[in-house]
Amino acid sequence: MKEIFEILEQNARATPEQISTMVDKPVSEVEKIIKQAEKDGTILKYKTIINWPKLGEVDVRALIEVRVTPQRGVGFDAIAERIYQFPEVHSAYLVSGTYDLAILVRGKTMQEISSFVAEKLAPLEQVQSTVTHFLLKRYKENGETFHLPKEINKRLPITP
Amino acid sequence: MLNAKSAPTKARDNLIAQKVDTLPPSGIRKFFDLLSSVEDVISLGIGEPDFVTPWHIREAGTYSLEKGYTMYTSNSGMPELRQELASYLELRYRISYHPEHEILITTGSSEGLDIALRAIINPGDEVIIPNPCYVAYPADIILAGGVPILVPTNEENNFVVRATDIEARVTKQTKAILIGYPANPTGAVMSKKEADAIAGLAKKYDLLVISDEIYARLVYGTEHICFPSLPGMMERTILISGFSKSHAMTGWRIGYVAAERRFIQALTKIHQYTMLSAPTMAQMAAIEALRNGESEVEKMVQEYNRRRRLMVKRLNEIGLPCFEPKGAFYAFPSIKATGMNSEEFAEKLLLEEKVAVVPGTAFGPYGEGFVRCCYATSLPDIEEALRRMDRFIRKSKLNTA
Repeated sequence: MKEIFEILEQNARATPEQISTMVDKPVSEVEKIIKQAEKDGTILKYKTIINWPKLGEVDVRALIEVRVTPQRGVGFDAIAERIYQFPEVHSAYLVSGTYDLAILVRGKTMQEISSFVAEKLAPLEQVQSTVTHFLLKRYKENGETFHLPKEINKRLPITP
Repeated sequence: MLNAKSAPTKARDNLIAQKVDTLPPSGIRKFFDLLSSVEDVISLGIGEPDFVTPWHIREAGTYSLEKGYTMYTSNSGMPELRQELASYLELRYRISYHPEHEILITTGSSEGLDIALRAIINPGDEVIIPNPCYVAYPADIILAGGVPILVPTNEENNFVVRATDIEARVTKQTKAILIGYPANPTGAVMSKKEADAIAGLAKKYDLLVISDEIYARLVYGTEHICFPSLPGMMERTILISGFSKSHAMTGWRIGYVAAERRFIQALTKIHQYTMLSAPTMAQMAAIEALRNGESEVEKMVQEYNRRRRLMVKRLNEIGLPCFEPKGAFYAFPSIKATGMNSEEFAEKLLLEEKVAVVPGTAFGPYGEGFVRCCYATSLPDIEEALRRMDRFIRKSKLNTA
């Protein structure tokens, strides 16, 4: 069963027929497992990784270290939720170390991100401090590499 | 004066040694030349992984260069590598080889095969090989001065050689049996029962066994039988293997031979006068492969297995019956129903649909009626290749009807 999800994680467009052959299970069973997973939240969503810079669309991203005051009863969760609800926040994590929350923010311009930090994030009551790191270059995301030319097949066309 | 003139001409006539001169060129080579003339081909004709060597292994190779490991190693190979291999074989197949005396690191398993044959063959000795088989088997035997004796295998026996068929060909000259399972080009694996039968035969006629187990790690839903691990077989088996297929390391040229001391001593003699030692960088990389490579191997095997199922299912669907290959990364479908012979089929398929497969006859006379399709290529390419093959077969059926 795990294998079905591994295949889908690699290729969201793999059809139940294809998967059924690859894992050697009947199509109906594969369909059932996928439907169930979509329902119970095992599969959250099917998305596509777009190489936006290729279209000339360059967005601005920043990693922000946030130090916060945890709250009685709810710990970091309540303040984390207040933060991650902002649509600018792409990802949010609670981390160990010298700060508490690591968040990845996306915007159209540097200005947009600056004002998000200055007007929305920093003024929150539990936020003690923020450190913003603007991303300069993307090398690899979600296991996929950017910028490198697509690996050309270096194999000889026929070998023993 | 006439004599002076004719003498050099005569010398030129036998410039090339006779056994090399008469050695037929690899059937694959011929096809390679034809292939170079066609563009945008999807190739199912490649006999190597499509994965690049896992990064941690490449990194170990690079690091060894940075550290200046650019000299020869001992003839037998680096002691650490032999030690790792001894532990690996012990852990995996419960067979213990002494790392110092019973393991030799070679420049790919190809070297291992060559020197093993050269070490045991006296002129005229016969070596029995199942056929179809890897292209180098008969050639290496001939070059070593031996006589290859081909035993046909077929789909009824899942392309595993039957002990009775071998027995029928044993003569006074028979020195050894050369087997390679999981098999190239058929994808066949040998069961315990089949292996036991061959082992019994080897004992009965006092034959050596050369077991080429380069594809040992690529088996699906079955356990690999390591031939020397069978009772009484270690003392008469020369085990040949390497890292090319298991760790996607074909270009590194790194393999090994494991056998009793008397064999390894003999092989090492040839090795030290010809190869000296296997590439040092590759040996360093191989150590890393053995120490930390297991999860990558498993990942690749799982991926091959998915592709294998897809290819075998589709081949059967489009009317090319294909027995289930449980090892290596080849499917070996029958093309007899098309009315074409292997070469015709492969050539027409290439020119009409731009899909390259290898005609079964490249692997010997008993490969006629089959083609080798390698599934070590991306899923989308496999799917597209099979769509084209489907179209090709339907077209050719229309033409004959």
